[in-house]
Amino acid sequence: MQGREGGSPRISCILPQFANVGSPFCTIIRRTMEIQPNTPIVLLPAYREERSIGGVVRSLRERYPYDVLVVNDGSTDRTSQAAREAGATVLDLPCNLGIGGAVQTGFLYARDRGYDVVVRIDGDGQHEVEDIPKILEPILSGRADAVIGSRFLGETEYRGSIPRIFGIRFFRLLVNLTTGYRVTDPTSGFFAINRRLVEFYSDHYPSDYPEVDSYILMHRLKARTVEAPVRMYGRAEGKSSITAFRAVYYMVKVTLSYLINCIRRFG
Amino acid sequence: MNRVTLFSICASAGFLLYILEMVRRRKLREEYSILWLFGSAMILVLSLKKDWLDSLAHSVGIVYPPSFLFLVGILFILLILIHFSIAISKLHQMNKKMAQELGLLKARSEAGNRPKPETER
Repeated sequence: MQGREGGSPRISCILPQFANVGSPFCTIIRRTMEIQPNTPIVLLPAYREERSIGGVVRSLRERYPYDVLVVNDGSTDRTSQAAREAGATVLDLPCNLGIGGAVQTGFLYARDRGYDVVVRIDGDGQHEVEDIPKILEPILSGRADAVIGSRFLGETEYRGSIPRIFGIRFFRLLVNLTTGYRVTDPTSGFFAINRRLVEFYSDHYPSDYPEVDSYILMHRLKARTVEAPVRMYGRAEGKSSITAFRAVYYMVKVTLSYLINCIRRFG
Repeated sequence: MNRVTLFSICASAGFLLYILEMVRRRKLREEYSILWLFGSAMILVLSLKKDWLDSLAHSVGIVYPPSFLFLVGILFILLILIHFSIAISKLHQMNKKMAQELGLLKARSEAGNRPKPETER
């Protein structure tokens, strides 16, 4: 980050270790951009979601005063135009980076523009837009660094396929055994994080299937992470990024990179 | 335990640890390490359990078990090479797209910095 090089290097090296403290660089940007403290941005990674993205962005714009950022992960259909027409800022990636790479691009944008909180939600209508206040509140009040929306807390309408439920149970066990977090929904992609995690994820975020991995990253950072009950639905349009063919690869890859992250050093 | 068994156990275990260390240091990405880990684990198992190698060789009709080991090794190398060709092709495609996008962006930003032709006159 540019800001850490100039000015007072010693202080700015210490700064990122404390929660809710941005780098001096970001403070300067915030002043010039006139973004108020605790400003959230809603981030939607999208790949081939031309039919659903417009509706989701529109309902976000109607309900909340927050900026909406769509990261178009190299899709060549009308995803980008639909999101723009609905009132979102759109980042078009020239090629498909995978969900983690797209989300990380959003984190980089938020970091450089001085947003303090990032809410990440799917663009395909699987996540209930109305539940955003539930995952934002613990962060805005300073009680948590990360809030993960769980489809299994409280009353749930979610019905997944058997391999999917098995995968969720397996990763739940893995996360519960290796971290202190009591997790019910380890593969949830509906979450909110504060500035501290945005900065960390800008440098370290898995390029594919990032959700389970992020628990070990949060654990290593000693982040205060809580779950909040949210509603999730089956997909209305398009296909899940995890097809049956890829399920085994998904399990192996995620488990491997999770275990590697347990013994990795982050500097 | 004879000398060749000890050697192959040490070699494959060392190889396995080397791959894991490379992944830990981010010199090797997880998705590319899976095949290597799988391959070295297989060699480790076969050197620990020599009778497994014998019965596996006999089940596919190979009389001399070590030649089965060579076959597996060659097939494994072939698989990794194909995997790399695919990965390189993908990177090539992405790289081209990036360069094109960068060129277009450069042109656009230069056009934005320059005063418009109408106002120049």
